[in-house]
Amino acid sequence: MSDLTAVSLVTIVAETALKPRLTKDLMNLGVSGYTVTAANGEGSRNRRAGDVDGGNVMIQCLASRDLSLAIMNHLEAEYFENYAVVAWVSSAEVIRKERYS
Amino acid sequence: MDSSAQVIIANLTSPPVLAFALGLLAVLVKGDLRLPDPIYQGLSIYLLLGIGIKGGVALRQSELSDVAVPAIATIVLGLLIPVLAYLFSGKLTRLSEVDRGALAAHYGSTSLVTFTAALVFLEQSSISYEGFATTLLALLEIPGIIVGLMLGTRHLKREISWSESLQEIFSSRSILLLVGGLVLGFATGAVGYAKIEPFFGGLFIGMLTLFLLEMGTLAGRRMRDVKTAGAGLIVFAIVFPIFSGILGVLFGYVSGLSMGGAAVLGVLAASASYIAAPAAVRLALPEANPGIYLAASLGITFPFNLTIGIPLIVLVAQSLEGMVG
Repeated sequence: MSDLTAVSLVTIVAETALKPRLTKDLMNLGVSGYTVTAANGEGSRNRRAGDVDGGNVMIQCLASRDLSLAIMNHLEAEYFENYAVVAWVSSAEVIRKERYS
Repeated sequence: MDSSAQVIIANLTSPPVLAFALGLLAVLVKGDLRLPDPIYQGLSIYLLLGIGIKGGVALRQSELSDVAVPAIATIVLGLLIPVLAYLFSGKLTRLSEVDRGALAAHYGSTSLVTFTAALVFLEQSSISYEGFATTLLALLEIPGIIVGLMLGTRHLKREISWSESLQEIFSSRSILLLVGGLVLGFATGAVGYAKIEPFFGGLFIGMLTLFLLEMGTLAGRRMRDVKTAGAGLIVFAIVFPIFSGILGVLFGYVSGLSMGGAAVLGVLAASASYIAAPAAVRLALPEANPGIYLAASLGITFPFNLTIGIPLIVLVAQSLEGMVG
């Protein structure tokens, strides 16, 4: 029997146009995988081309605490200023912790 | 009733244009006629690929020597129009250089649906045009976006990542499907096309009608932004397409196209992109406000071209026939 261990769950909601860039960045930063779902909603920015291209996407990945911080810092440096992006880190519990660097 | 009024009414009562009006109306009464997203995506794939294939089949039947000069004229138009749009919008609006660069990218590029509606209109009016018109559409898609991005980033402190942007533009779905369709149609020829004609030919106007219903709802929602955009932008979004459309007709005649072909090039020049350009501009020029460029291209210019612009440009082409070239 394995036990549960804590990892970070990073959730990013962004305009659809950013999906290829964001997922590439995540892989380059070292996540082992990610999940993308279509998302819709309203926010403070309301400045996007998403209508034509299809709303927002929600990208989630599991990561170590250090990596999740690196992801958030990368988003701050590259995306928060000009793009419609929100992101947060929450805690999750998994078995097979070695999968989430 | 004189013939020009008839031409305009014939266009206004065609099923795709009426469906577009229904979509607009639905937004006005706050109804919801949006197609489910996968259906919209599927329809856009169908239209892009179908137009590409038909264009490829027609290109195969054309002589290279007939295509070469109009192709060069089209690329020159693609480089010239964004510069003119940038200068014009500077006179008419108080927008920043970044927003004007974004507008230039949209007006320099072209609109597949406007092009398609123009072909439907010409066929309805029994006006023939060169089969390689779709090749001209493909040629006009990209240069305008690149010139617009260059103009928009001129005054920015940061460097634009051209390799990344170009990769994103060339690998975008609309370019891949359109250019891929052209190659596919060219390879398969009329014999191969005969097998898929019921799907890509017979059903085409019906599918286009469904797609324009969705475009009506998209344009209607963008019209709300028009109010905040200001009078200068509205004037620009109507007057500039007329100007660039006439320029396109002239380029068409000078490069030896028929009356129908010159009208198609005019419509291509007059139309503003709202699929390829917004995606590219959003990524490469995030400082520009999509509320402005989408309100102009999708909220004003697209409905204008669909209803009045297309027949107007055809009338211009008819009246200039024999005077130029």
